[in-house]
Amino acid sequence: MTSKHGSLLAPDARTQKRNAAERRFRMYGLGAIGVAVAALAMLLISIIGNGASSFRQTYISFPVTISAAEIEAAESALLKTGAYNKIIQTSLLAYLTENNLLRNTPEADAFGMISGEAGSTFRQFVLANPDAAGTTFQLNLLANGRIDGYYKGRVTAQTATLDKNVTPAQLQLADRLAEDGALVKRFNWSFFTNPDASDQRPEAAGLGVAILGSLYMMAVVLCLALPIGVAASIYLEEFAKKNWLTDVIEVNISNLAAVPSIVYGILGLAIFINFAEFNQSSPLVGGLVLTLMTLPTIIISTRASLKSIPPSIRDAALGVGASKMQSVFHHVLPLAAPGILTGTIIGLAQALGETAPLLLIGMVAFVKEYPAAWSPDAGLFGEASTALPVQVYNWTQRSDPAFVERASGAIITLLIFLLIMNALAIFLRKKFERRW
Amino acid sequence: MSNIKISAKNVQVHYADNHAIKDVNVQIEDKTVTAFIGPSGCGKSTFLRCLNRMNDTIEICRVEGDILIDGEDIYDPAVDPVQLRAKVGMVFQKPNPFPKSIYDNVAYGPKIHGLARNKSDLDEIVEKSLRKAALWNEAKDRLHAPGTGLSGGQQQRLCIARAIATAPDVLLMDEPCSALDPIATAQVEELIDELRQSFCVVIVTHSMQQAARVSQKTAFFHLGNLVEYGITDKIFTNPEDPRTESYISGRIG
Repeated sequence: MTSKHGSLLAPDARTQKRNAAERRFRMYGLGAIGVAVAALAMLLISIIGNGASSFRQTYISFPVTISAAEIEAAESALLKTGAYNKIIQTSLLAYLTENNLLRNTPEADAFGMISGEAGSTFRQFVLANPDAAGTTFQLNLLANGRIDGYYKGRVTAQTATLDKNVTPAQLQLADRLAEDGALVKRFNWSFFTNPDASDQRPEAAGLGVAILGSLYMMAVVLCLALPIGVAASIYLEEFAKKNWLTDVIEVNISNLAAVPSIVYGILGLAIFINFAEFNQSSPLVGGLVLTLMTLPTIIISTRASLKSIPPSIRDAALGVGASKMQSVFHHVLPLAAPGILTGTIIGLAQALGETAPLLLIGMVAFVKEYPAAWSPDAGLFGEASTALPVQVYNWTQRSDPAFVERASGAIITLLIFLLIMNALAIFLRKKFERRW
Repeated sequence: MSNIKISAKNVQVHYADNHAIKDVNVQIEDKTVTAFIGPSGCGKSTFLRCLNRMNDTIEICRVEGDILIDGEDIYDPAVDPVQLRAKVGMVFQKPNPFPKSIYDNVAYGPKIHGLARNKSDLDEIVEKSLRKAALWNEAKDRLHAPGTGLSGGQQQRLCIARAIATAPDVLLMDEPCSALDPIATAQVEELIDELRQSFCVVIVTHSMQQAARVSQKTAFFHLGNLVEYGITDKIFTNPEDPRTESYISGRIG
């Protein structure tokens, strides 16, 4: 018995062609995903390969003795950290001679192994611990960036001969110190607490001011963009009459979401700094600019989540005699909340990673110290600061190779913050998601 | 004549350029079930939604003419639709409980209208409403379970309980059984018959059998006109208008 369809056991030419097309499409899809995964893997490998070492830092640790008289003399000196440096050097020399570690190394080389930042670290320690006067205590001081680089593979005996910042003798002394246990690599907390440092002291450079500045900016963005964005979306979505004016507003909001972020920087420069005369490079101005930039994102995602609430819920609320506002606040908004939260966090994450507008409002400034006025009475948000992505930009421009590691470390930190925020967004959405 | 609850005079409804309701005059009696029947798009739901001004939410909708409830024009500028809807409750085609507990669903109306002075008042209203909606026995042990977890028929009875919890005078029902199976439909129909004791019930339905079973008065709408209005038995056995007869016998619609 023959059918016009032929045998089902042997696929006909058309079927074979269709199946081949489907197989090809699957291959394209796999290829596309493969490229994306490979790119991500390359990015992570390169950043982690470069940056992971920034989370560990080389310290030199030796006993230091300081008397009350020495403290007084140092505090009355014109260059206070210089005076403290002298005390450190004396103690270091004593330690090296006592343990017969110095051998033929010139003294100046030995002193050069300690970071230029050591004087001020020591001073802060002494001022914070007045009891230390007159005693001998173990002091942990940052090793010079080149010595740190020696233990991270950046510097070798060969490169040291060509480098005027480090000598082979110093490296040999470092090895002797490491053998003696005086030179150790430890977790680098100061990377997260220190402010930025100058070109000569990469070992002391940290993200402290940048993290704080970013947090302050996020606080400004959250406090302004969330209420303004949600209020605007609720009004547009639930209350506004549909006419040409709301159409124009809607089109403009969509357009604003696509405006290059540097344009917001120019706007912020013109309005907040030139016109309103807020402090340059302050988290307040940065936060305001990022608020403008984040608003469209929040409005669009909030409106989308309001739209996704079935109209039957609104009818039900109106049907039992709820007012428009009651129907929105009692029923629609709680259901839309997970979507609004997700949109807000994604918007914040976007703002956290934004660099271009901050460059224009001066947040690219080199901030070497925690602003003294960062206390509640002086206005937390008005002092010059920097931000995480800008710190990355800054460090990538420095010439010392030690900053490559720092910049990658900062990128890792930024990525971890972003990961946490996105995880929070997913968590909140799952937690508050309700079905009907 | 004192039994007239709702009185509509020369009501016209326009959706932009579409003339949806043409010059409808109708007198709806209290403590009666009045059914609106007619083919799809004839305007019966539109007219029903005029009675508690739910059409206000549709921007392009324009209502003309007078609709009086207890002798008061509900389209008078002084009328707040929110107050009107507390007096004229509504049950929708698709069961639409709030995604909250059964208790909160029923208690919401009384709460926002301030009908309960304290928690025990509110408990009482919830129980009474659920009993009236014939849901109490099924729901009393799970008052704090989500209303959306009930079956379709139970959800619709929950919506009825929610509507009567605000103690309305009039109960509007827009095809309340169209999403239900025959057993749930039978339960809801039985319920409607009981609700007649306390409310003026207006029901829109696609099912002529349902109209015949539950209503005392029937209005037949066709292309936006109220073609015929009268005692249900008479409409179904001896209609005056040929269009009504054609619809009932299945030739149009």
